[in-house]
Amino acid sequence: MSERDNRQASEAPSRRRFLIGVWIGLGVVALAELFWIVFSFLRPGRQRMVRQPAGKVHVVGPLERFEPGTVTAFREGKFYLVRLDDGGFLALHRQCTHLGCTVPWIAEQERFACPCHASVFDVRGEVLSPPAPRPLDLFQVRIENGIVKVDTSVPVKRAGFDPSQVVRA
Amino acid sequence: MASDREQPLENAPLIARVWKSIFPGPVLPTSDRDRKWIVFNTLLLHLRPIRVPASTIRYTHTFGLGGMSLVLVLLLMGTGALLMFVYEPSSGGAHGSIAGLERDVLFGPLVRGVHYWCANLIVVVVTLHLLRVFLTGAFHAPRQFNWIVGLTLLACVLTSNFTGYLLPWDQRSYWAVTIVTGMVEYVPVVGGWLQRVIRAGPEIGTSTIINFYTIHTTLVPVLLISFMGLHFWRVRKAGGVVPPERPADRDGQRPQYVLFLPHLLMREVAVALALFAVVLVLAIVFPAPLGEGANPGMSPNPAKAPWYFMGFQELLLHFDPLFAVVVIPLIGIAALMFLPYLRYCDPLDGPWFLSDTGRRAAALALGVGVAITPIWVLLDEFVVDPGAWFPSVSPVLSYGVLPFVVFVGLAAGFSFVVRRRFGAGDSETVQALFILLLTVFVVFTLTGVWFRGTGMALTWPWNS
Repeated sequence: MSERDNRQASEAPSRRRFLIGVWIGLGVVALAELFWIVFSFLRPGRQRMVRQPAGKVHVVGPLERFEPGTVTAFREGKFYLVRLDDGGFLALHRQCTHLGCTVPWIAEQERFACPCHASVFDVRGEVLSPPAPRPLDLFQVRIENGIVKVDTSVPVKRAGFDPSQVVRA
Repeated sequence: MASDREQPLENAPLIARVWKSIFPGPVLPTSDRDRKWIVFNTLLLHLRPIRVPASTIRYTHTFGLGGMSLVLVLLLMGTGALLMFVYEPSSGGAHGSIAGLERDVLFGPLVRGVHYWCANLIVVVVTLHLLRVFLTGAFHAPRQFNWIVGLTLLACVLTSNFTGYLLPWDQRSYWAVTIVTGMVEYVPVVGGWLQRVIRAGPEIGTSTIINFYTIHTTLVPVLLISFMGLHFWRVRKAGGVVPPERPADRDGQRPQYVLFLPHLLMREVAVALALFAVVLVLAIVFPAPLGEGANPGMSPNPAKAPWYFMGFQELLLHFDPLFAVVVIPLIGIAALMFLPYLRYCDPLDGPWFLSDTGRRAAALALGVGVAITPIWVLLDEFVVDPGAWFPSVSPVLSYGVLPFVVFVGLAAGFSFVVRRRFGAGDSETVQALFILLLTVFVVFTLTGVWFRGTGMALTWPWNS
């Protein structure tokens, strides 16, 4: 290789490298745009376009309708309204925290028993028997003018039962 | 035949002239020369070689499993296209449209039955194909990358099966998909987000059906066809399937070749027709099930994942979710992908089970796996409870790390025994370990499918 060839070989790449860099940069931008578009199509929020009844406030009835020490199921809102023996309210998501099965209330045994993998929860939603990893999720309960309302927009995850979770009139 | 081609065509009838214009070569071959010409000159057959090594076309060398997979894919695409004309992808209409297909459409149950049985069979056939490739060592160079392509195809098949499982929207499909997507939530950090993306929302509904339907009918078929093309092309580039002779016997000798047409083609057509007959009989005798429409308020007891994912649901009963859903599957996938790229001192391929040593080690692995897994399941169900023994330790340690370390220890001990007692080399040891792990997984799957009853408690199949 002659000296001139050497010089060319060392000079030429700077422009070539720049152009290759531009191409790669544009490619990355194009790829990012593609991902953005695909993701915006997959985004979980897109079902807002399709009407979605979830996430509304359920007016479940007057305070007196629920005796202390009872559990009432609300199919529509997918929750149980629990009135503890001391008169406090809890709204429990009916979905098992293990794999998402629907948990029925077994009144005779005073507990929730998941049919799928035999997780058991007590009346406050706490795990009596695994494999469920955490207590049943909560929905927010509000009591306004003696009327009980449950907001089912966001299930609240919790590590354990805490007296502050109970809503009192 | 040469004289045939020289004949003036102007006087021939129209049909003969049109036929000749489509198939200019000899249509009914009478000599080997004609057969070569046909393979070379037709669009479909030119995908195949003109000659193949005589020893590789013996049926018991491959059992025609790759070709059977292709036949099943073609049947699935044909019946699937028909089903798409009837199906309505929404939570309100899905179950009704399938029930209407079963009730009102001529041959509707048969077409759906063929689709159902092909879908179930392809999981089995593709797995057996993987096993054949593995047990004849056909993943070493030059076939390394084709092993990866094959794994991609396996992932496509499983995705297609799982997304199709939801579509009839009966109780079984709704709750199976609930459970499998419920497993996704255990993935650390991104689990909840990933679950919402797959379900297209917090719960399974119309958006989920649309997601699954699009993946099932568009995305996966496109990927499947593309990767199948790559897969077949790489087989050609590798010079066909691995020959059944030992490498030592192969060297220096030119293999004997036979013509593809008729020797291999006739065998393939025979396998395809026999498989089609089996599928038809299955579809007629055991029609595809359709239960009650999905009811989100009522989980059936027991609620099970699709059978090909029951191994993972069974794992969940024995391991902490982090291990059952994340660690063990990831290690499994990584191990499968790196299998052809490990360093083997003796990369054996050719005969089934590689060698006599390999055969004996494989038999031991199968025996150990079949013996040890039920014992593991029973001990875990009735005796061993590390969480109660070490109550102060986090469940990730007691139900995850501890049993995992015990199992890895057992597997390491097994490979040590195989090396020392049988004098197995790298290839034979890896083969024995693979068979051991696969046996454990298969026994887990069978336990979940047949021996789990109400509340996922152990029971006999005839009691549930």
